[in-house]
Amino acid sequence: MSEPGGPQGKVVFFLRHITSISCFFKETLRWALVKPFQGKPLRFRAAVVQMDEVGVKSIPIVALVSFVIGIILVLQTAYQLEKFGAINYAASLASVALTREMAPLLTAIVLAGRVSAAFTAELGTMLVTEEILALEVMAISPIAYLVVPRFIAMIVMLPCLTVLADLIGMIGGYVVGTCAVGIRSQLYIQNTIDALLMKDILSGLAKSVVFAGIIAMVGCYMAFVVRGGAEGVGRSTMISVVTSLISIILADCLFTAIFYLFL
Amino acid sequence: MSEALIEVNNLIKSFDGRVVLDGIDMSVEKGSVFAIMGGSGCGKTTLLRHLIGVLRPDSGEIRVGGEDITRFDEARMDLYRRRFGMLFQMGALLNSLSVRDNIALPLREHTKLDEKIISVIVKMKLELVGLRDFEHLKPAQLSGGMQKRVALARALALDPEIVFYDEPTSGLDPVVTGVIGQLIQDLSRRMGITSVVITHDIGSAFKIADRMVVLFKGRVVAGGTPLEIQESPDPVVQQFIHGSPDGPIPLRQSSRDYLEDLLDIE
Repeated sequence: MSEPGGPQGKVVFFLRHITSISCFFKETLRWALVKPFQGKPLRFRAAVVQMDEVGVKSIPIVALVSFVIGIILVLQTAYQLEKFGAINYAASLASVALTREMAPLLTAIVLAGRVSAAFTAELGTMLVTEEILALEVMAISPIAYLVVPRFIAMIVMLPCLTVLADLIGMIGGYVVGTCAVGIRSQLYIQNTIDALLMKDILSGLAKSVVFAGIIAMVGCYMAFVVRGGAEGVGRSTMISVVTSLISIILADCLFTAIFYLFL
Repeated sequence: MSEALIEVNNLIKSFDGRVVLDGIDMSVEKGSVFAIMGGSGCGKTTLLRHLIGVLRPDSGEIRVGGEDITRFDEARMDLYRRRFGMLFQMGALLNSLSVRDNIALPLREHTKLDEKIISVIVKMKLELVGLRDFEHLKPAQLSGGMQKRVALARALALDPEIVFYDEPTSGLDPVVTGVIGQLIQDLSRRMGITSVVITHDIGSAFKIADRMVVLFKGRVVAGGTPLEIQESPDPVVQQFIHGSPDGPIPLRQSSRDYLEDLLDIE
């Protein structure tokens, strides 16, 4: 798709991408949900390989980020709550902020950088070297073979990583809350348990499923629209990371508003 | 010889108003080696992409075994695609898979064969292209010529009726070029496979093809046996086969006046 000139052209260009990514999403869902019942089995082995690639290998970086975020949250809230003599509530605030917002969002942002870029670069290079065309000519759907396993891997692994980030973030908060801020250990744990509702954790996980879909779809779609050689792959990779970051934050805003208003 | 397997009738295709295929007519006999020749940008690759069902024409038809493939839906196109193999210019092997898995891929996808039988077939196909000891390597560990031979083995995995070759000899040394040419001929002569070869390598095309066409600006300018082509009076054909710099095939593809263009520079 070449970009037409003029502001009007830009709008048309944007809308055209929106429609084609919707078709792409529809096609992915068709291969993931409908075709398995028409005798075209899902590729679980490929999905497991991708789960290892996007999920297991992201654990260290997600753990590090969430641990540090837990520390920061407790320190920042303690700084304000101290003025009201309510420093013990730092524990509740940090845990609610983590599960509802910070853990899903930051895990998704880390994965957007790591995974969208990897998907676009890998599949984009396959497009340039005609590997995707070769699959198509061998009557193997590139969507079924390449996109669906990645999509499933993301949908499964991002919520798992989010749960992990919830936990590790709270551990980070606990460490700094008890050691540096001076909240008693038992009180910290009790406050956390009292403050957390199942709703908080589930709404965070619901968001992370949406983020996973965004990362997988944008990452794969941007690969299929690569034009030109190495330069095109580079440009698409950059656009894919930026687009998934922006979409994640917009979707987060939307879902937070919905959860706030209706739950 | 025998009846026509592939028949192309008045195929027209344009991109953004630029006509790339301008009424192509040709017919390929069953079990023969058919070469499509022409310079860069003459529409060879676009024609091939129509033959493999990746592009749809603006008008015209492509009949394969009597059926018009340009009107196939997704499911029928998949069935058609299992009947042919294709050798891509750069091989297009999947880099993440080993040589063995690359060749086994179509077998695993489209047949319910046992893993042991697949192993045997993979070995047979690799023996055919002379690379039996390279099963466990990744494509990146092979040279360009070897990659192409593995890609040919993959194209033959499902024992296709037709094999399409996109520039099978470009970028290869003369010996491998000869080997591939011999292989293409053998497949047709011994196994009855119909071969359609897209090439601008005149030497090997004349050596292996039973019939050929020469494309120029999206049209067929000459067709026939290699001998007929060599004796064709058409100046385009003569320039092409002799590679002479003077003739109707332009070197310059720019449309603006040269002097005007120079004077425009400020």
